[in-house]
Amino acid sequence: MITRRLILNFPEKIVTKPITYRLVKDYDLQFNILRAEITADVTGKILLEIMGSKNKIEEGIKFLEGEGVSIQEASRDIIVDKEQCMDCGVCTSICITQALILDKNNYRLIFDKDKCILCGFCQNCCPVNAIKLNV
Amino acid sequence: MAKTLEEINKKIKNGSVVVLNAEEIIDYAEQNGVKKTARDIDVVTTATFGPMCSTGAFLSFGHSDPPIKMSKVWLNDVPAYAGIAAVDAYIGATELSETEDMNYGGAYVIEDLISGKPVKLRAIAYGTDCYPRKEIETYITLESINQAYIFNPRNVYQNYAAATNSSNKTIYTYMGKLMPNFGNITFSSAGQLSPLLNDPYYRTIGIGTRIFIGGGQGYVAWQGTQHNPGKDRLANGTPSGPAGTLALIGDMKKMNENFIRAATFHGYGITMYVGVGIPIPVIDEEMVEFLKVKDEDIYTEIMDYSVQRRNKPSYGKINYKQLKSGSIMLKGKKIQTGSFSSYAKALEIANLLKSWITKGHFLMTNFAAPLPMDEKVNTLNILSKEEL
Repeated sequence: MITRRLILNFPEKIVTKPITYRLVKDYDLQFNILRAEITADVTGKILLEIMGSKNKIEEGIKFLEGEGVSIQEASRDIIVDKEQCMDCGVCTSICITQALILDKNNYRLIFDKDKCILCGFCQNCCPVNAIKLNV
Repeated sequence: MAKTLEEINKKIKNGSVVVLNAEEIIDYAEQNGVKKTARDIDVVTTATFGPMCSTGAFLSFGHSDPPIKMSKVWLNDVPAYAGIAAVDAYIGATELSETEDMNYGGAYVIEDLISGKPVKLRAIAYGTDCYPRKEIETYITLESINQAYIFNPRNVYQNYAAATNSSNKTIYTYMGKLMPNFGNITFSSAGQLSPLLNDPYYRTIGIGTRIFIGGGQGYVAWQGTQHNPGKDRLANGTPSGPAGTLALIGDMKKMNENFIRAATFHGYGITMYVGVGIPIPVIDEEMVEFLKVKDEDIYTEIMDYSVQRRNKPSYGKINYKQLKSGSIMLKGKKIQTGSFSSYAKALEIANLLKSWITKGHFLMTNFAAPLPMDEKVNTLNILSKEEL
């Protein structure tokens, strides 16, 4: 039994099609939805913690990809070191859920942990390495 | 009714000078009109804090006993250039460490020196009768050596491109991490706070202009490399792409790491963030017309950095208000935008310079020579001696 954290990206065409339940039904996998952002007409994202045998997880992933879902590994906790941060804002261009934004009044960086889906894209985009993985 | 710099400096000395930063002047001019603004305001402080790769420092180490004429020198295992006299060297910001790859380099050596940290100095030499020593290894600090001045051949770019990536792979460039399929757009400019965008025709900024640099005072030393004053401009004088540049000089011993920082662009290399503040004297009404420029009046072009050629395809022009809004529409898709240049820090510098001037700690200078208006940028082509 292993646990993996994955980000599922559902393109427009299939965002309203029930797919995720098939992981349970056909591949005997347990999953925990950590975050979900889905609306009809727009692409959807789910941060899934998936548990099962290594092989079944691989098969489940292949199935999802076959249905048009694109998959990324999610990383662990992200922390923003405000001492190092220069408030440039380049990370805000990478953050897919806008958990990283610049304050409209003082232009300083704000990190909203509640919006963070732990995709980790921000990790190697900070010029002063203020965004770190909390291992 | 023109104001001279002498009049302004008199007011700085007697504490009656009126200073605004380049953001405040926008509203002031809007509310009071150009004429009244030119009368009321004496100085406008502009600033920027962004990555400036063409940065480095001249260091003079002092003589050892017996003395050495350094041929090759390393600072914390980062090669510096020692082909100038016996113990003078230049350390460039983008030079990588021989042992730490992109995690350490010239810019980090400069930041370490400015923070007062000890730095390992190692040098080798071919030895002469008067410089018999062939190698040396010791530790130095900024205070233990002789002169140390930041000398940056190209800083404070007058505007720059915005970058995106049309390929289907993430790329790592000097415009940062660019996500595939137009995943994001990055840019780098202080916009309405930026020095050369507030004085686009270099009426007051020239060789010898006193500036804020890295936390201390310095000067514009020369036009910068790749200075391109002939770039096409809008009616408000601002160029819609990279144009003028400045070579800057300042005393490293007066700087602090709050305003000059080493940085690594993952997968690309090392650079240095330099904090620069330039005060602009409100000499006449024409100057106010330039100073009241706002983000939505300044444009740049979105270039495709996935194309590995000198000339990159453009996806059109865009203004800085749109870029700073957080996202723009391109090809029917909403694309997130982010700046490399820290507007928050630029504002901090503009306000700090404003307080220095208001308190009489900073007098302004007339430039000794204007920046040239006729320089062109050449390209490097593969040619034989005959073809030249």
